[in-house]
Amino acid sequence: MKRNYGTAYAVPQALWLTLFFAAPLAIIIVYSFLKKGLYGGVEPEFSLDAYRALANPTLITVAWRTLWVSVAATLLTILIAIPCGFSIAKSRNQAMRLFLVIVPFWTNFLVRIYAWVSILGNEGFLNQALRLIGFRPEGYQFLYNQGAVVLVLVYMYLPYAILPLFSTIDKFDFTLLEAARDLGATRMQSYIKVMLPNIRGGIITAVLFTFIPIFGAYAVPLLVGGKDSYMLGNVIADQVTKTRNWPLASSISMTVTLLTGVAVFLFTSRSHKKAEVAKDLDPRALPAEPSGDSVRAEVR
Amino acid sequence: MKGSDVTVSNVSKSFGSFRALKDVSLEIRKGEFYSLLGPSGCGKTTLLRVIAGFEEADVGTVALDGIDVSGLEPDKRHCNTVFQSYALFPHLTVFENVAFPLRIKKTPNRLVKELVYRHLALVQLEAHAEKKPSMLSGGQKQRVAIARALINEPSVLLLDEPLSALDAKLRQHMLMELDSIHDKVGITFIYVTHDQQEALSVSDRIAVMNAGNLLQVGTPQQIYENPASDFVARFIGETNMFSGPVVSRSGNITAIDAEGFGRITIEDDADILPGVRVSATVRPEKIRISNDRPAEQPLLNIVRGVVHEPVYSGFQTKYIVHTGGGSQVTVFRQHANWSEGVPDIEWKDDVYLSWSARDAVIVEKNIQ
Repeated sequence: MKRNYGTAYAVPQALWLTLFFAAPLAIIIVYSFLKKGLYGGVEPEFSLDAYRALANPTLITVAWRTLWVSVAATLLTILIAIPCGFSIAKSRNQAMRLFLVIVPFWTNFLVRIYAWVSILGNEGFLNQALRLIGFRPEGYQFLYNQGAVVLVLVYMYLPYAILPLFSTIDKFDFTLLEAARDLGATRMQSYIKVMLPNIRGGIITAVLFTFIPIFGAYAVPLLVGGKDSYMLGNVIADQVTKTRNWPLASSISMTVTLLTGVAVFLFTSRSHKKAEVAKDLDPRALPAEPSGDSVRAEVR
Repeated sequence: MKGSDVTVSNVSKSFGSFRALKDVSLEIRKGEFYSLLGPSGCGKTTLLRVIAGFEEADVGTVALDGIDVSGLEPDKRHCNTVFQSYALFPHLTVFENVAFPLRIKKTPNRLVKELVYRHLALVQLEAHAEKKPSMLSGGQKQRVAIARALINEPSVLLLDEPLSALDAKLRQHMLMELDSIHDKVGITFIYVTHDQQEALSVSDRIAVMNAGNLLQVGTPQQIYENPASDFVARFIGETNMFSGPVVSRSGNITAIDAEGFGRITIEDDADILPGVRVSATVRPEKIRISNDRPAEQPLLNIVRGVVHEPVYSGFQTKYIVHTGGGSQVTVFRQHANWSEGVPDIEWKDDVYLSWSARDAVIVEKNIQ
């Protein structure tokens, strides 16, 4: 008798996820419904205080900011990643270019953020260079604002967008662009009307890979943002380490998880409905190639 | 007559060190079904892409109706292409694929519908308008590609090996359909193919190319009956080639001492002096094969040989005959009449091959 070992193979994976994903998530859910302890921690007593506290206007401001910063950074990332993926797919030396995209991962991400601090700082490379070519000697304030946060977020998550976009564009049939040009489309029209719809899958993946981590960003706004660029990730950290309101930190976490979950669900279900119709068809439903005679009979 | 003249003047194109086109000039007439024929890598597709505007010639120009279009982008040229891979847009239905050029031009919806259905009717695909290309068979995809390329009412339709992905029977059918579409729309067709049968059966004129050079332009009959070079003679259909020095010439009858055949006479208008080496060709269907020696006639060449391999294919048998001189001759014998019991020519038979001096053609002169 043939035994199915599929289940057995899944055990390590299931254990790992239970231990390090499901269990912590469960703890957060439980904490969010408890009373806060005096110096952090929780009191074992049911309470909805943490959820009531979400209505705080400061928190709502931060939530809105987190949303628009994430949307802006994701859009920018995708806009840069599409031409990037395109040029890698078209290049003769794909392996080398892909390698260059991945190289930054060899450096710890905190180090890379500090690298940006030393580039953008008041005495940083950028200001020094500007001073050399005659801009104002006191320099410009590049760091510690919204713009710096978006810039560094885009830098951080660009590779996550380039890789899936590259792999989709690489499979794209470039003759379709020629066909579009031939049929009267300008270069731009051929990209928008023919290429974009056909690399939709890659765009969806790239958006998910960038939007989700950016929505929960913590280190980037902390290190290159100012007081006005706090994101939800920073508020949660503050609730844990400074204000020591663990239930509130948990309820904010739950909100972030739910919001991204709902956003991702809405986004993918809408996009997939359009993209997958053609692909999901059963290949057996394809009509057989008619022979010359049967076609002739059909025609007459 | 609708359609445009296409004039290709001294076009050269290189890709790196590879010279794809070497100083090619062509005059294609309005409404002509014109084929570019040659083996793969001969530059025919490159020439088509230069005409379409996908490649820019290094040297030379392309003109439609006398107007130079060399600098124009593909979307600004009044010609459309049917691609080898069809290049249908997978995300659009058949209807929207055909409507694509109209959508780009922002044609009003009602007119789009009318035009698309008229062109789908031309290729008998009205019933499939709402399908996606992935649901169509190869032949159907091909027709969508043709309808889409015609909807802009181009003056020139460029076809890049459009039938190569279809099976043999369907290919024959689509070829006839292409011919009838050409008759209906009346525009210039430029048809790229490596298949000489396809080119011979539908073209008004054929340009034979090899290694980036244009070798010969002519009607199918001219190309087949009067090849201008050994390459053309061998590439178009099957043939027998022989070569040797001219030994005598009287009137328009040339006698040559062909290697492996002996003395062969050819009727030809060419002006050749004795001593010059020439190559000549005679097509297999023009040679008679018989067990008995045919009666001597003034212009009849007779060669003896042994049947090496008969290849029966129903309507005819192809014989490969080894001559006494060590050469090999291919002969086709049509089976116009057949009755059981009549002895046929078989393997290892001693046979006589005969053909008229009028049926052989001198191809190249002064060969080395």
